Amino acid sequence: MNRLIIPLGVLLLLLSILLAIGIGAVPLAPDDVWFALFGQGDEQVVAIVRALRAPRVVLAAIVGAGLAVSGAALQGTLRNALAEPYLLGVSGGAAVGAVVALTLGIGTPTVVTLAAFGGAGAATLIVTALARFAGGRAEPRLLLMAGVVVGAFANAVILVALADAPPDRIRGALWWMMGSTADATWDAVWRSAIALLVFGGWLIVRARELDVLALGEEPAVALGADVDRAAQRTFLCASWLAASTVAAVGLVGFVGLVVPNLARALGAHRHRGLMVVSALYGGALLVAADVAARSIRSPIELPLGAVTALIGVPFFLARLRKLA
Amino acid sequence: MTDATRSATDLVFERITVTYPRASVPALDDVTLRARPRAVTAVVGPNGSGKSTLVRALLRRVAPSSGRILLGDQTLASFDARQFSTQVAVVPQREEVHMPLPVREFVALGRHVHLGAFTPMGASDKQAIAHALDRAGMTHLADRRTDTLSGGEWQRVRIARALAQEAPVVVLDEPTTFLDIAHEMSVFELLDDLAAEGRTVLLVSHQLNLVARFAAHIVLLDRGRVAAHGNAADVMRGEILERVYEWPLVVTRDPAVGAPALLPLRRGARRAEERK
Repeated sequence: MNRLIIPLGVLLLLLSILLAIGIGAVPLAPDDVWFALFGQGDEQVVAIVRALRAPRVVLAAIVGAGLAVSGAALQGTLRNALAEPYLLGVSGGAAVGAVVALTLGIGTPTVVTLAAFGGAGAATLIVTALARFAGGRAEPRLLLMAGVVVGAFANAVILVALADAPPDRIRGALWWMMGSTADATWDAVWRSAIALLVFGGWLIVRARELDVLALGEEPAVALGADVDRAAQRTFLCASWLAASTVAAVGLVGFVGLVVPNLARALGAHRHRGLMVVSALYGGALLVAADVAARSIRSPIELPLGAVTALIGVPFFLARLRKLA
Repeated sequence: MTDATRSATDLVFERITVTYPRASVPALDDVTLRARPRAVTAVVGPNGSGKSTLVRALLRRVAPSSGRILLGDQTLASFDARQFSTQVAVVPQREEVHMPLPVREFVALGRHVHLGAFTPMGASDKQAIAHALDRAGMTHLADRRTDTLSGGEWQRVRIARALAQEAPVVVLDEPTTFLDIAHEMSVFELLDDLAAEGRTVLLVSHQLNLVARFAAHIVLLDRGRVAAHGNAADVMRGEILERVYEWPLVVTRDPAVGAPALLPLRRGARRAEERK
């Protein structure tokens, strides 16, 4: 891995955040944004930057980083470059958990987040059980197929649960299924940041174990890994990382697929480097996607998940051809 | 089995029976064998005779329905995953390149259990890796990426990774598949050297003639059972091998080294012989 990739990623991420905050109905120069972040300059500009745009852009960066790290970890444990939380149905499970909490009327942000964790955990159990049922053991290929089915089912549950949702009271089905950073708050930023630090941090600490898992079951055992437990722990941790992003912005697919593959193309193969690079470039990518979502058809906002799918689907197809 | 002295690095399969789910006959049926230090022990047999199941049982990827695997007098079940890999280094039969790495980094994964989450490699780790690369004849390719290697180079890199584990017991499942004569011979000689240094070497192989030359003890499996065991003269017998492999063959003596050598016949040729 080239040594410049990480500093370059930091620079790209910071620059994308600074530029993204400047883009909007009231365009702001990067230096105005910089000063406004520290409370200096025009009072109105400071208000726009600090209360409206910064939380949204920073949340996009955190969510992008989290999804990319989650995807990298899942691809490593399942030894499948097409694995990611959205395609594995894990994100869908998290969204169902969150939606259920909301429709039960217990939807405080903390409860919604915890319910998303519960939903993601349940989805991983169901996906693993389905793969075992089909193949006798939880084989990566079967997991991916089971995940797609569980994800589709989750979308149906969300649609049914929120079919008659009053738009003023709770977020609609479209918000959950396609994702949006439009109602970002600093609270949501902090919750997501903590989840990224805890789960992403844990994955990065255990990265050497992931390197060994990625070799395959038998080689991993031969090298001293407790394969089944390590794979389960990683799967769950990556799922909860994805769930925290779902609780914050809804379902955003393909970031977890595209970014780790890009990071590998940049030469990051060992998992510590892979996850750090994925976090940086994933953050930058989602910030850019969010800018696209709110400016392509401004003043109409496109769903964030629609933008990432527009980027991700061609990528998925190209990747599929390469793997076939 | 025999009354020879027992060692703490004897690898013993004791009355192992393994039946796969949905299979009507066991893949291994009451198999007992002992691999000793300072010797190459070879497991041979036709396809489907249970050779690889033996390795999978060792790696705990299948659970024997009865019997136990011992290292010395300790059961394998009493080892945790890390302890196991410091005692037994296994080169599994198949392995795909999921994660392309420079050869040196790939071999360094053999040091996995010796490293913490963040500890950098120490002098002893680096030495073990350099030594392993050297012994597998891969030092000149240390900076190549594993996804650019030939089939033979890939096999040797995997052997190097196992050597970097520095375990007293080494188990290899078909390590010379894809290797040409020179590389195959160098692997057998390497195994012979490892044994001479005091390690326990257990080899699963198709290469009966080479096994006959290098292995002190041979176990012939047939449909999950031990059909014969002993030294080359005990196992390399035409009437046994012909029955197990279900193919006409003769066992001659290698003119150069004097070891028993198996020569499969053409079916037509024997019929022609019988007509005479």
